[in-house]
Amino acid sequence: MNPAPGSDGLAVELRNVGYCLGKRQIVGGVSFKVAPGETLVLLGRSGTGKTTTLKLINRLLETSSGEIFIEGRPQLEWDPIRLRRRIGYVIQDVGLFPHWTVEQNVAMVPRLEAWPEARVGQRVREMLELVGLDVAKFAARKPSELSGGQRQRVGVARALAADPPILLMDEPFGALDPVTRAELQREFCELAKRLEKAIIFVTHDLREALLIGTHIGLFTEGRLAGIYEPDEFLRSKDAEARAFVDSLSAGESWDRSSPQITSTRRKA
Amino acid sequence: MGQKFAADHEHKEEGVSFLTFLVNYRGEIFSRTLEHLLLVAAAMLAAVLVGIPLGIALVRRHNLRRWVLGTANVIQTIPSLALFGFLIPVPFLGGIGARTAIVALALYALLPILRNTYTGIAGVDPAVLESARGMGMTQRQILWDVQLPLSIAVILAGVRVAMIICIGVATIAAAIGAGGLGVFIFRGVAMVSNSVILAGAIPAALLAIGVDLILGWVEEKLTPKA
Repeated sequence: MNPAPGSDGLAVELRNVGYCLGKRQIVGGVSFKVAPGETLVLLGRSGTGKTTTLKLINRLLETSSGEIFIEGRPQLEWDPIRLRRRIGYVIQDVGLFPHWTVEQNVAMVPRLEAWPEARVGQRVREMLELVGLDVAKFAARKPSELSGGQRQRVGVARALAADPPILLMDEPFGALDPVTRAELQREFCELAKRLEKAIIFVTHDLREALLIGTHIGLFTEGRLAGIYEPDEFLRSKDAEARAFVDSLSAGESWDRSSPQITSTRRKA
Repeated sequence: MGQKFAADHEHKEEGVSFLTFLVNYRGEIFSRTLEHLLLVAAAMLAAVLVGIPLGIALVRRHNLRRWVLGTANVIQTIPSLALFGFLIPVPFLGGIGARTAIVALALYALLPILRNTYTGIAGVDPAVLESARGMGMTQRQILWDVQLPLSIAVILAGVRVAMIICIGVATIAAAIGAGGLGVFIFRGVAMVSNSVILAGAIPAALLAIGVDLILGWVEEKLTPKA
């Protein structure tokens, strides 16, 4: 199955999308387009509406205003279940099914889609190889027998298993130790280049955004302040963008400045 | 029957041992045990059929939760003899006999089953549910493939507690003519005969222990290894 973008070539498009919880507006006026092969990173501080925006795309939350198009079709015309099976979803806490083996976890969507068993088995092997896990060693393990990094690899394999044209990732590497995180970021970057998927990736880590994104969407207070290419972002005059760039250089010079810097890079 | 017992009572005073009593009355002990088990089984079946689906429903209905769990709690605090008494005048459910007893036992069994089902399902890791929903599982698939397998141990623990309560409380059912092992206990109290009381109490205790062991084994078999 190849990505099947809409007639305009886009996988995902948001037009002036908003989300309200009661009377409180969480997200408003968000518009962006993502084509196959592109990775849009939604960057912002905690609580700026990045995750909410992501959940609006696969209808874990319902938009209050605006429109979303998935593969050129209005999102509301899609059956929510069908829609979600065409959108891979990876979250920080992974959410592997603890009572299922790695093999069963990865095979989840193909089995839901009633693929023939032989094809499911083959696909699981491919996916585990893709994320760098030895099939013989890991297929029969339970999630509790994996390290954090291995779990997230399985999470990515599971999200890709049914070959969805769109991939949503919510701080997938946020809970990992720095070394494992760097390893997975690098590998994922390679993977993203090969796969030709439309990827929307939420993070609060500019370094990660610069590494992974073909575009960076900056969120402030529930709004998309701007969409930049990575080098454009570094030169931006926007105050929030500057704040992120400054935090980056602060992190690099930690050894000759005050200890408070380590705390600025942590998740709030 | 009554005369026979009166006669036996005299015998006991003359030193007939408890064991002899058991041997002489093995037929009735067996049939009362069976009666007891049937009362408990019928009540538990009803409690499980109502309690588990209701417990599942409570996870999604916040407004219902307080009322349903509150009511079940209140029922639990009613003394068993009083509950049997209350039910006798109730049309359709009440009256003298096994039906009333089964209704009362089912009401007692309801709370542990309801509460554990609710606690078990509500305790499933939210990240697991989010990924299940996000990857396109239907509500039904989430319930059967994720929520129930992950909470089965907690639900079964509730069924076990309910079962023990039921076996104990069912001895009171004899007071409203429902039979069971309580018949011996009430008779023994009336006759001031320890042998007769024990003929009801010991099988009831053994029943509770045996059933608990069996359910413990089932629980272990059904709990998915994490």
